[in-house]
Amino acid sequence: RRLCILKGIYPHEPKHKKKVNKGSTAPRTFYLLKDIKFLLHEPIVNKFREYKVFVRKLRKAYGKSEWSTVDRLKDNKPSYKLDHIVKERYPTFVDALRDLDDAVSMCFLFSTFPRTGKCHVQTIQLCRRLAVEFLNYVIASRSLRKVFLSIKGIYYQAEVLGQPVTWITPYAFAHDHPTDVDYRVMATFTEFYTTLLGFVNFRLYQSLNLLYPPKIDVQVDVEVKPAEGKDYAMDSESYLEKLSALSASLARVVAPTHEDEAEMDEFPVEGETAEQMDARKKEQEALEKHKKLFEGLRFFLNREVPREPLAFVIRCFGGQVSWDKSLCIGATYDVSDPSITHQIVDRPCVEKQVVGRYYLQPQWVFDSVNAKLCLPVADYFPGVLLPPHLSPFVTEQEGDYIPPEKLKLLAMQRGENPGDTRLRDEESEEEEEDESEEEMKLKKMEEQKTQSNKALPVKVTAGKLRLEDKQRLEQEQQSEEKRLAIMMMKKREKYLYKKIMFGKKRKIREANKLAAKRKAHDTTVKEEKKKSKKARRA
Amino acid sequence: LQDIRNTVGNIPMEWYQDFPHIGYNLDGKKIYKPIRNKDELDMFLEKMENPDYWRTVQDKMTGADIKLTDEQVDLVHRLQRGQFGDVHFDPYEPAVDFFTHEVMIHPVTNRPADKRSFIPSLIEKEKVSKLVHAIKMGWIKPRKPKDDTPTYYDLWAHEDPNSILGRHKMHIPAPKMKLPGHEESYNPPPEYLLSEEEKLAWEQQEPAERKLNFLPQQYRCLRAVPAYSRFIHERFERCLDLYLCPRQRKMRVNVDPEDLIPKLPKPRDLQPFPTTQALVYRGHTSLVRCLSVSPSGQWLVSGSDDCTVRFWEVCTARCMKTLPVGGVVKSVAWNPNPTICLVAICVEQSVLLVNPCLGDKLLYGATDQLLESYVPPEEERVQPVQWVTATLEEQSKGLRLLIQHSKAVKQVTWHGKGDYFASVVADNSNMQVLIHQTSKRWSQNPFRKSKGLVQCVLFHPIRPYFFVATQRYVRVYNLLKQELTKKLMTNCKWVSSMAIHPGGDNIICGSYDSKLAWFDLDLSTRPYQLLRHHKKALRSVAFHKHYPLFASGSDDGTVIVCHGMVYNDLLQNPLLVPVKVLKGHVMTLDLGVLDVLFHPTQPWVFSSGADGTVRLYT
Repeated sequence: RRLCILKGIYPHEPKHKKKVNKGSTAPRTFYLLKDIKFLLHEPIVNKFREYKVFVRKLRKAYGKSEWSTVDRLKDNKPSYKLDHIVKERYPTFVDALRDLDDAVSMCFLFSTFPRTGKCHVQTIQLCRRLAVEFLNYVIASRSLRKVFLSIKGIYYQAEVLGQPVTWITPYAFAHDHPTDVDYRVMATFTEFYTTLLGFVNFRLYQSLNLLYPPKIDVQVDVEVKPAEGKDYAMDSESYLEKLSALSASLARVVAPTHEDEAEMDEFPVEGETAEQMDARKKEQEALEKHKKLFEGLRFFLNREVPREPLAFVIRCFGGQVSWDKSLCIGATYDVSDPSITHQIVDRPCVEKQVVGRYYLQPQWVFDSVNAKLCLPVADYFPGVLLPPHLSPFVTEQEGDYIPPEKLKLLAMQRGENPGDTRLRDEESEEEEEDESEEEMKLKKMEEQKTQSNKALPVKVTAGKLRLEDKQRLEQEQQSEEKRLAIMMMKKREKYLYKKIMFGKKRKIREANKLAAKRKAHDTTVKEEKKKSKKARRA
Repeated sequence: LQDIRNTVGNIPMEWYQDFPHIGYNLDGKKIYKPIRNKDELDMFLEKMENPDYWRTVQDKMTGADIKLTDEQVDLVHRLQRGQFGDVHFDPYEPAVDFFTHEVMIHPVTNRPADKRSFIPSLIEKEKVSKLVHAIKMGWIKPRKPKDDTPTYYDLWAHEDPNSILGRHKMHIPAPKMKLPGHEESYNPPPEYLLSEEEKLAWEQQEPAERKLNFLPQQYRCLRAVPAYSRFIHERFERCLDLYLCPRQRKMRVNVDPEDLIPKLPKPRDLQPFPTTQALVYRGHTSLVRCLSVSPSGQWLVSGSDDCTVRFWEVCTARCMKTLPVGGVVKSVAWNPNPTICLVAICVEQSVLLVNPCLGDKLLYGATDQLLESYVPPEEERVQPVQWVTATLEEQSKGLRLLIQHSKAVKQVTWHGKGDYFASVVADNSNMQVLIHQTSKRWSQNPFRKSKGLVQCVLFHPIRPYFFVATQRYVRVYNLLKQELTKKLMTNCKWVSSMAIHPGGDNIICGSYDSKLAWFDLDLSTRPYQLLRHHKKALRSVAFHKHYPLFASGSDDGTVIVCHGMVYNDLLQNPLLVPVKVLKGHVMTLDLGVLDVLFHPTQPWVFSSGADGTVRLYT
């Protein structure tokens, strides 16, 4: 089992289940014979055997209480490396990046485990180290794209060398460890993943000309806080902590040159029209702009907000961030610093507010990142009912349900200013607009669904009526033709067609349901508003 | 006080309770218990009166009372207080060091060093030699040097294309985790929150069946979001999926459903075909089982379960004649010869030949003459059926001949020339199919063996072939050579009806499992096409005499008219296009259309239904 996990061998679904299974249809798992043979040639098998023998000898020595033997055995403890397996499974670096999702998620999970029981402390420390290194790389390369606060944890998506890497981190609480989970399986996976992630990190750091293992750029450090930049003990723990504070930039092997900022030379690719070129250029520009979203802004995190994700996100987009000195090391400036532009607060009200900075809820940071622009801050003041937090991973296709907030956001991205939303009457108008839009959409969907023209309004004038009749006749004839043609379809195709149509219909139904629900909710909210207004008047 | 020593030793003294003595003295003499005559009262009195009572104790070994002295009492008191027994012992004396911790220059003893401290130890030597031996024999290896290569290095420094093996091309990468939607947000739009009923439904579903594996929830602020309790679970399940779940490449169906619909010629271009219901022939009171139309196309005959046969004029829907026959009519067939006016009717065990006396008087007169011109042969031949001439009374109703079978007759069908006709008997023996000749009034049984339950029979319109449809096969017999020429597999469970193209090369078979099989006799014995147009069992199928049309009637109350073009060019496959679905019959008793029939000259189709009507579509 362990070997299968490490080597990435998985069962296959045979083409003819009945043939392979000797006529029975009982569910069984099938491995390829080739895969099993492949496993036999693995050198690590011998290492496993050695380890087994070692454990047996050690147990015997303990039993006889021969302590010198125990010491000797422990000195010669066999160890194995997974380097060659990593190389074998991922012959190219891009392959490794493609499979990084699970590795990063797993490392983040293991790094939050308590240091007692469940798994080795070394594993946890290694996971923590690798995770922090990865975060630092993402900051340095500014490759974060999307963040999503879900009820399960925080999803991040970064684009590492053109490959999207998505990972999830749990919220910083103690886990209640379930009993029906086999930690040995997880540990085996983690063993492989840590090896993989280590090599990937190394390569990534190299690609950015950064030192690996990472070192904090001392010069910058000194510049930022000359008062504190004294002898700085490089003992491993505080080093890791400092690194995980994510506040300082990393030392580079080569001093950063300004070549990157020079305009990229344009190499027009043949067969690509000017329009495509333009589009690509525009995209590039948008990406650059997105990367510098928080450039020049200075944030301060209050102690009740989750520090690590926020610091990570803000630093990824070029912002400067600090926090209370007693909270964690690495704070660069104080609350009283007058240059702070935004203070992230997650409590209903703030007692003493300093003029010249925005007090915002943490969702603003995440929403801004997802919207690729700094959203208006009015909706995110402390104590205000927050607008819904939408998933950036959803891309709506035609016919899907789009929540109105998303529509608003899209409009904002296009550059249309929806106006001052604080004015009440405009707001209501907008709502009405939304509703009317929704109604239109609903109607359209219904039409699609029924595929008939029953919704066509009946006109009064005779001449037109005949015209419509003709249209209707034509439509009817067409639909009948279609029906007849469907009748002539082959069995398999018909099955497929029916399945597709069923899926489409279900989708429309679900979208309609959501829209109806939203409408009901909006009406209730409106009524309540009216009532409260009346009450105020009375 | 004399010293009495008891020699029993340290034993529980209860053992001597029942004896007069209490032990033995040094001389081995018994020591007797002191005489006790004190009762409770005496004890009490003594306690009250004796001032030394409290310091009197009983010696268990001798049984004598002893009065403790002052010193003894004092000792007891001190022991009770936890002090030392000796009054003069001082526990807090100042400590005196006997040996100093400082090393002195002179040894304590002046003993010279042992010899053994100058010579090498034998035991150690032995041990060393053992180790040396072990090293020589290779049992003990020198400690491996710690490899100081860095744990991580540039693994992909030189990527050689040879390392991409076939395995990597075969590799099926695991699908990525599903990305979260709006409903997973900690603060989703309100429409994504589940209502009470949905929540209940979610809870009642099996965890594996749930569409969402979590309940969408809304928290007012980020501070209020709790830890997700199933986080480790989900990671673990992902791990299990990665190494235990069978993987298979699935082709994603990415077709526009409109492309799947085959491109067929427009029905408009394939006209003429019946499109609308034109006439309804009402009169029957029960389901109309069978129809037949005269070769001229002027008259229609229908047989019904109400034991009558009705003759209609096609154009006016007028019932010209009603013939009660005294039994359920299973089948009617108009003689296809235009010079003969004769209808064969199946009623229970007999086939009636009826002259309807409709149309041209000369014509039906000639038919009567033809029938009367029969001269019985000299020698009576043994026949499987009985030919009976109708009585006068019956003759006035139109009845001419009765052919009485031994069992109930199911179907009757004419040969194209109009002299022969075949009847099917519901029987299991070899007598299922009989061929009769009208002019000679002679019947024969063509088959020696029964090949299954015969459903229907058919004459080839041009050649001397005879088609017999059993439940699953259609057998084609050559009547001249008297042999089986072909056996067609219908791929159906139960054939209900059969019709032949006027060209004679194509056959359609309707079956009770709602399939219609089109056979090309030249092509193969398997159906060229199986059409599953109907939703319920097919009852009858029909070809048009001139137009490339065929129709099928089914229990779902519809008649589907299809365009079935057959080309003379052998290389071109027949073109089958459904052109019209005709509805009109009302479903009664779960039965819809029972019989369909085309008009011999016009593109019209008749259908008879279980609702007791006959309908004409034009």
